[in-house]
Amino acid sequence: MIPAVHLDHATRRFGDVLALDDVSLDIAPGELVGVLGPNGAGKSTMLGLVTGQRAPTSGTVRVLGQDPRHPSTRVHLGVTPQDTGLPPTLRVAEVVAFTGSHYPDPLDTDELLERFGLTALARRQCGGLSGGQQRRLAVALSMVGRPDVVLLDEPTTGLDVDARTALWDAIRTYREDGGTVVLTSHYLEEVQQLAERVVVVAGGRVLVDDTVDAVIARVDVDRVSMRCTDRAVADLASVTSATWTGERVEVLTGDADAFVRALVTSGAAFSHLRVQGASLEDAFTQLTHRTPNEEVSA
Amino acid sequence: MSAATAVRSTAPSTLRLAWIHTRYQLTETLRVPIAVVGNCLFPALALVFFVVPQDAVASDPVVATGAIGQLSVFAVMSTCMFTYGVGVAEDRERPFDTFLRTLPAGAVPQLVGRVATGITFVVLALVPVLLIGWLLTSATVSPGRLALGVVALVLAGMPFLLLGFGVGYLLSAKAALPVAQVVLFPMAFAGGIFLPPQMFPGWLDAVSLALPSRAGRDGVVWALVGGEATWLTPVVWAAWTAAAGVLAVWAYRRDEGRRFR
Repeated sequence: MIPAVHLDHATRRFGDVLALDDVSLDIAPGELVGVLGPNGAGKSTMLGLVTGQRAPTSGTVRVLGQDPRHPSTRVHLGVTPQDTGLPPTLRVAEVVAFTGSHYPDPLDTDELLERFGLTALARRQCGGLSGGQQRRLAVALSMVGRPDVVLLDEPTTGLDVDARTALWDAIRTYREDGGTVVLTSHYLEEVQQLAERVVVVAGGRVLVDDTVDAVIARVDVDRVSMRCTDRAVADLASVTSATWTGERVEVLTGDADAFVRALVTSGAAFSHLRVQGASLEDAFTQLTHRTPNEEVSA
Repeated sequence: MSAATAVRSTAPSTLRLAWIHTRYQLTETLRVPIAVVGNCLFPALALVFFVVPQDAVASDPVVATGAIGQLSVFAVMSTCMFTYGVGVAEDRERPFDTFLRTLPAGAVPQLVGRVATGITFVVLALVPVLLIGWLLTSATVSPGRLALGVVALVLAGMPFLLLGFGVGYLLSAKAALPVAQVVLFPMAFAGGIFLPPQMFPGWLDAVSLALPSRAGRDGVVWALVGGEATWLTPVVWAAWTAAAGVLAVWAYRRDEGRRFR
């Protein structure tokens, strides 16, 4: 079977910077893959290779077996525009029709607007849409050409809960018709809701490629903050990283219980201890196993 | 679903995509009418203020026709520098341009759309110039001369079209605007667009003869009313067109490299 998306030892340099480092990845038709990673990790570069915007410095990139640099390949591909970039003077229905007219068999404009709850806004100029409405339009545009593969870049960032749920439904509907989805997100919850498979990219490499559940288990970290000047804290059990800002230290740990127990036993002086669930960014730090003891001068 | 009966199995042709992009660009620009009106009215206003009140010019068919030819060259120059120079630079900075590159269309439809949009604005700018010339001056031209004039006008625009693309692909929008103005107005003045070159001192005339604006102006005026022609005109025109072509191609390639960061 021809994979929907195929990267074979794909490398991309920008001058001296190695943005993507020998990445090999196959995504089967019908899969929904979440791509996670901190900013600057190589996510956008990877998506840029798949959309045909950029050519790999070395290696191969294929969409349904064809080179995405050729316009004829991109008939199978749907991409979300960055929402800030919709042409401000064009009306919603016009942008949909314009985008759709690039494809052999586009969805009917009214039908698509209906599906994304944009019917009432059809005559509105894009510049007058709210952030959430622009997001919905952006995702709608990626699907207007009935593509086999859609690449959704941060589809629901900044949306309220209702709008997000509505978009998730639209993405699920698309998948039920056999579509392949590659999704980048800052929300772990979003990936949890939609994807079965997660690829974590950091430092231009694929760090983890596993099921959602397996990845979630691995990124389950907590952030412990306190006042403490004892640098030995960084070497305690289950510490992933410890960062000092003056007297305050932020500790990332895979097991907050074990860390606190070890902290108390160690006899180190501390105060103002607080434990929080970590953010996705923290989770990436955990996954990338950055060296502890990075000092930040206040 | 009724659309199923109208399924097209093949992707739209390049020609159709070129038409779609032209329509898209025209719609987008025409939604901000003031930008179009400003560009289109300037040559007509120049005609009303500089040509119509001067009886010596307005009442002499040959001089008046020449003056209208000159201002037509200006309309072409200005459209090329602004639609292509500033317009392309602005487009390159918009995220939507990045999105357009992910659609199943090559570079050709967008390029054709740009050229067609520019031609439309030139025509829009020429209509009032021709109307005013016809109604308020004694300018006159035979159909054959008019056809020749149109050809000369298209040729006169070539170096500026390429120069516009060069500026647009080379510079940021903020830099492209002043550069377009700095190129346009001195070139227009020194090229004998506002004042006929017969009024120039000798040194300015010498400089003028080396400019593409002068070559374009002389070509168009010669096509419309005849008179003396010099071999310098086609040589200067060809040299500038070739140089601007090299600049445009180089800037376009360079931009591809930079965009693919």
